Amino acid sequence: MSDTLKEIVQQVVDRARRSGATAADAFIREDETFSVTVRLGEVEKLKEAVSRNLRLRIFLGKRTATSQTSDLSSDRVSMLVDETLEMARLTSEDESGGLPEKASYPSEIPDLALADPAWDDLTPEQRIGLARQAEASAFDVDPAITNSDGASFEFERSRTALANTLGFAGDYEVTAGYIVASPIAESNGAKQRSHWFSIARHRDQLASPEEVGRRAAQRALQCLGARKVKTCQVPVVFDPITARTLVRHVFDAVSGDAIYRRRSFLGGKLGESVASQKVTIVDDARLIGGLGSSPFDDEGVETQATRIIESGVLKNYLHSAYSARKLQTRPTGNGSRTGAGSVSVGPTNFYLSPGQHTAEEIIASVSSGLYVVELIGFGVNTVSGDYSRGVTGLWIENGKLAYPVQEVTIAGNLRQMLQDIEMIGNDIAFMGPLAAPTLKIRNMTLSGE
Amino acid sequence: MPGRAIFLERYGVTVQDIETYLGVALERGGDYADLFFELRFNHSIFQEEHIVKTATKAVNLGVGVRVLSGEKTGYAYSENLDRESILKAARTAAFIASSARVGGKIGINAPAHNQHDLYSVARMPADLAIAEKIALLRQADEAAHAYDPRIRQVQVTYIDDTRHILLASSDGRYVWDVQPMVRLNVSCVAEENGNRQSGHQGAGGRRTLEIFREALDPRTLAREAARQAILLLGAAEAPAGSMEVVLGPGWPGILLHEAIGHGLEADFNRKKTSAFSGLVGQKVASELCTVVDDGTLPFRRGSLNVDDEGNPTSQTVLIEKGVLQGYLQDRLSSKLMGAPLTGNGRRQGYDHIPLPRMTNTFMMAGKSTAEEVIRSVKKGLYATHFGGGQVDITSGKFVFTASEAYLIEDGKITSPVKGASLIGDGPTVLRKVSMVADDLQLDQGVGICSKEGQSIPVGVGLPTIKIDEITVGGTRK
Repeated sequence: MSDTLKEIVQQVVDRARRSGATAADAFIREDETFSVTVRLGEVEKLKEAVSRNLRLRIFLGKRTATSQTSDLSSDRVSMLVDETLEMARLTSEDESGGLPEKASYPSEIPDLALADPAWDDLTPEQRIGLARQAEASAFDVDPAITNSDGASFEFERSRTALANTLGFAGDYEVTAGYIVASPIAESNGAKQRSHWFSIARHRDQLASPEEVGRRAAQRALQCLGARKVKTCQVPVVFDPITARTLVRHVFDAVSGDAIYRRRSFLGGKLGESVASQKVTIVDDARLIGGLGSSPFDDEGVETQATRIIESGVLKNYLHSAYSARKLQTRPTGNGSRTGAGSVSVGPTNFYLSPGQHTAEEIIASVSSGLYVVELIGFGVNTVSGDYSRGVTGLWIENGKLAYPVQEVTIAGNLRQMLQDIEMIGNDIAFMGPLAAPTLKIRNMTLSGE
Repeated sequence: MPGRAIFLERYGVTVQDIETYLGVALERGGDYADLFFELRFNHSIFQEEHIVKTATKAVNLGVGVRVLSGEKTGYAYSENLDRESILKAARTAAFIASSARVGGKIGINAPAHNQHDLYSVARMPADLAIAEKIALLRQADEAAHAYDPRIRQVQVTYIDDTRHILLASSDGRYVWDVQPMVRLNVSCVAEENGNRQSGHQGAGGRRTLEIFREALDPRTLAREAARQAILLLGAAEAPAGSMEVVLGPGWPGILLHEAIGHGLEADFNRKKTSAFSGLVGQKVASELCTVVDDGTLPFRRGSLNVDDEGNPTSQTVLIEKGVLQGYLQDRLSSKLMGAPLTGNGRRQGYDHIPLPRMTNTFMMAGKSTAEEVIRSVKKGLYATHFGGGQVDITSGKFVFTASEAYLIEDGKITSPVKGASLIGDGPTVLRKVSMVADDLQLDQGVGICSKEGQSIPVGVGLPTIKIDEITVGGTRK
């Protein structure tokens, strides 16, 4: 199967060259997906498909155009090659365009253990059973769990192949399983929904449905009876799930695209202290079995581990071939194909390194403050660093979680928030390409009543 | 080429084939099956640093097969429209049901005329010359840079979409549509003494390029984006705490989308997971508030002749003079709740299951003037532009983030403040609406709504309104 994909992209690239492209690359992904949602013990949705998507990028001298199709018939692909060439003729010359340099491609493709055949042993009934058990386990926790938005199991096997006119051709396969439960807790007419999930490339690393259901229920229950609090300035503790959104904002600000576009509050700061000395952030594409790992990026560049922030000092930005040329540096293997085939900069396993403290120690250090378990809204501006988001959390009183809080916001500026990271947990959780442990920020504005 | 013909002529799909596929989809005894064929062409062009950096084209082709059995949905799709692939998808979707087949041969009706014709255009966006589109980007780019020397970066993106759909169902429906869409976005970065701020503006609708010549001039959009970025260079910290807030007309209607729209989608209410469950007939807003969802407005971004289940769209009154009237329905929820269809079953594409979704959601105009509304505020916030918003359906808490806002002091608009999120409670926020002005505006056609991983175009609208109390998430006490 994999060979076929590689053959397809090689044929497309050959076709592009024969039609007059100076250079080209083609990228294909085939996804085999299965998902089941169970609600109140019954199967609610069952979905299954195999899907393919081809992305093509053509260079004509210093001009470029891209295309994407789910229709892989040879007529359509031939037509698309011609149309893409035609579009390229109408774009401008761009000195920084082009395929990555020859030296960027891996000479051999390492096995990062990204696929696990053990998933195939799960029968459809067992897959449905995982979802059913996750939901049932949530209901078992407490009678206040009165309703459910369902629980799901999903499986995906994804095969990627890439070829270009410089002779690079490679492919790899990944698998992932995912369990999620979304129970609803109710008391005195007020409802709270929460969810918990587990995701893993290997079957034996997926949490049990019992654990997923139990944690989801606990998260919903702990928010029951949430109230507003008065506007104040307090220390704010982010749990690992919400802390990883802060890490996401750092990623957005160190992406080479944001840097050359002057759209980052971390622009022009290499070598400077941008965060508390306790902070170290890494982008590592080579973690074995990592959810963000890959042997080469979406334009074929060999992936690597890149130091982003070391003891508070900004060390590197992340690059595709394009952003690297714009800033006269080397690509870091972070090229990522977007919807219609253009390449932007994406994270691999981008994480904030764990510290010494347990979450309990961090909470115990706060006499009066907020423990954040959920964030909503898009009030983050990575150009200016301004930050303002809606929060659900737990009030910390004398070092203990006291009562739930909702309908309040926290605000600050990411520049200051990074400097104000005062304590770092030892509880990093890899539940996606971005990860972080519990983080305590010295002071933020909480807006409420 | 009309929707049906493209699937018949280009891919050889016949009515007999469709009847066969529907029969197979119901071979294990489902209640209902439908096939959703989709062929979609997207183009985009991107300009920054004064040059056209790239042009892209996307082709998405596929068919989704859905089988309903009670509350259960089986779904499968194929990107290959040959007989074997579609039959395989039909068998996979059929698996959700598990009783012996009842009923006989599936017959689909002669195609019905679409009730609406909301976006008739001479040529679909897919058929327009790329050079015409590039001219728009150039105009916008030049206008933004010319606005002020502090504008340091300008990005302009043009996107169009030509979507052919064909829906056939086991209850005999056989409907198609071709849906055009265009959009232009301008984003600017302004810089002064190390202070960097951004501004955005966009516009579009279900039309082609004439929209940018007649109504939404690219240069005007560009100057708006530039003006916003420059304004923010001099903006003070936003205030923190609960206060009076005046929302300007148009895009601030995102308040309705987040605060009540999602909570009134039928699936959440059928499952009783919404903060609005069971509140029909009750007062959820002040008497000044009448809120509708209307998929039938000509050329609007959220409009559709038929929804993605083949049903005609409609105007649905959600709140009338403060009283909750009903929900937005798709087929599944309407059947299970015994409520009429509203034409709100929508999906991102052939690879997704339809859900109840909004179209264009707005509040009817009131009687005050905008000046009166602002003059009535002693100390508060006046917000005219917003970024995105989000809601927790179950708790009802929602946020939406102002990107352009000013303080109101003693009835006058004073200094600009930085962006801040506003947070409120859906079922109660509209009870605090104490003034509604006569200046209803719909947004300029850039809204994208996400639900369960599916993104679709929507519209919003609002007259100037005053909310007596809502929490503003700034940093200044």
